[in-house]
Amino acid sequence: MSTLIEIDNLSKRFGALIAVDGVSFKVARGEVLGFLGPNGAGKTTTMRMVTGFLKPDAGRISVSGHDVLEDDIAAKAAIGYLPEGAPLYGDMTAAAFLHFITETRGVARARARERFDWAVERLGLQSVLQQSIDTLSKGYKRRVGLAQALIHDPEVLILDEPTDGLDPNQKHEVRSLINEMASEKAIVISTHLLEEVDAVCSRAIIISQGRIVADGTPMELAARSRFHNAVKVTVRGVAEADLAKALGGIAGVSEVATDAIGTDVVRCTLFSSNGTGLLAEVSRHVQSSNWTVDEFGVETGRLEDVFRSITIGEPEKKGQKEAAS
Amino acid sequence: MATVLALFRRELAGYFATPVAYVFIVIFLFLNGIFTFYLGDFYERGQADLQPFFVWHPWLYLFLVPALGMRLWAEERRTGTLELLMTLPVSVTQAVLGKFLAAWAFTAIALALTFPIWITVNFLGSPDNGVIIAGYFASLLLSAGYLAISACISALTKNQVIAFVVAVVVCFLFTLSGLPLVINFFSGWAPQVLIETIASFSFLANFTDMTRGVIDVRHIVYFVSLTAVWLFANVIAVDQTKGT
Repeated sequence: MSTLIEIDNLSKRFGALIAVDGVSFKVARGEVLGFLGPNGAGKTTTMRMVTGFLKPDAGRISVSGHDVLEDDIAAKAAIGYLPEGAPLYGDMTAAAFLHFITETRGVARARARERFDWAVERLGLQSVLQQSIDTLSKGYKRRVGLAQALIHDPEVLILDEPTDGLDPNQKHEVRSLINEMASEKAIVISTHLLEEVDAVCSRAIIISQGRIVADGTPMELAARSRFHNAVKVTVRGVAEADLAKALGGIAGVSEVATDAIGTDVVRCTLFSSNGTGLLAEVSRHVQSSNWTVDEFGVETGRLEDVFRSITIGEPEKKGQKEAAS
Repeated sequence: MATVLALFRRELAGYFATPVAYVFIVIFLFLNGIFTFYLGDFYERGQADLQPFFVWHPWLYLFLVPALGMRLWAEERRTGTLELLMTLPVSVTQAVLGKFLAAWAFTAIALALTFPIWITVNFLGSPDNGVIIAGYFASLLLSAGYLAISACISALTKNQVIAFVVAVVVCFLFTLSGLPLVINFFSGWAPQVLIETIASFSFLANFTDMTRGVIDVRHIVYFVSLTAVWLFANVIAVDQTKGT
């Protein structure tokens, strides 16, 4: 795999605020990197530096082999970028706007026509081509923004919150589009939708207060969750307190969270004390107790939980109600 | 060059996509008519020339050109499209040139639409058309100067109203720098060289000479270099403020 984006020790400050503090990472062709972090963590600032909009105070950025600080024009030519909020020239029609982009990007005429048709078809813009962008709905505006980022078939794609403002169907469409292109491009998407990371990303970086605090596949990150290897059992007809007591006694269980979800129905989440599997032990116990079990399964871990615990330094143990829901 | 042309076309089409273009042209022609015929005594002078037409141009441009230039960058900064523009493979210089040339072409269109007055004066008498062409040329150069100032100031703010007001003030100082209003402020304490330099910066002095048919290289150099300096400042302003 060839590395298309290489960032080394990038820093940026705005006055007293350190927005990005020594961020380094690489993205290779075929990778979809999810860039996660709370608002104000430095995601957008990092993306703006990679795309050459902001100059970093320190560090190096290389895109498709071009140094962004020394040859920004060549680097920009290789990038398709959807800025935060998808700003567009509102007084232009969607068609005129896309033609303007291919012109300024110097796409040859025949190729531009082909790519224009592709983008219009793929993002479903046929019906709005002659409408001025100001009159479009938020979803269509976002799609025009995506078309603009994809129209020159860049090998590096940087999308700042690409599905923000889209309805679930449109989100699905955009995600399948990203998956479809993933093999031949290096893609970075920022998002705060964790489901999106599961749906499209091959790797995720979590950034907090300008620093990278986690870097791994979504599976690896989820494994850091206390829900990793936790066992979920829903039992009918047994009192909550009895259940908690019985299940808490199983070897390897560090904590039991219970939640009454209906009359006589209790859902229990059993956390593993050392992250190892509990399924065999719990299954044996449940069978021997002769309970009526509605649901039984293992959790793989929750990205959301990891995200919260590393970005706001949440204590590992949370309220029981929340844990079992 | 192709990039500058693409930016130029987008910007120029932008004027005509909104009522801005039509309002501007109508007001420009209307005010030109009033100034020339009523305040300029076009008929009563009994002379077949366009002096009473050109003499008002600095004052017309003083307000109209900043109105045209105020949106060039302030609008892009306000709506966030500056980020889109500056992440296209376009240099700041290309963007500055594309925008400036589009706005200048627009003033040229407005100026060209004053052709009926040229027909009128030729119908009424036999003017020196060489002088008239020199006048149009001077007016075009003058508008470039005002426009470069307005564009640069527009890059410094997100607010179009602020861009307009500040640009009018700066243009006003440049227009009047040869008159006692400005010179008196400096005379008495500033060295003579400085005062003469300031006086030579006057739009009025340079422009008036040219409309009389005196096309001196110095006047052309003055307007061209003034425009170039302000456009250069525009590039720096965009580069420095784009992320803020």
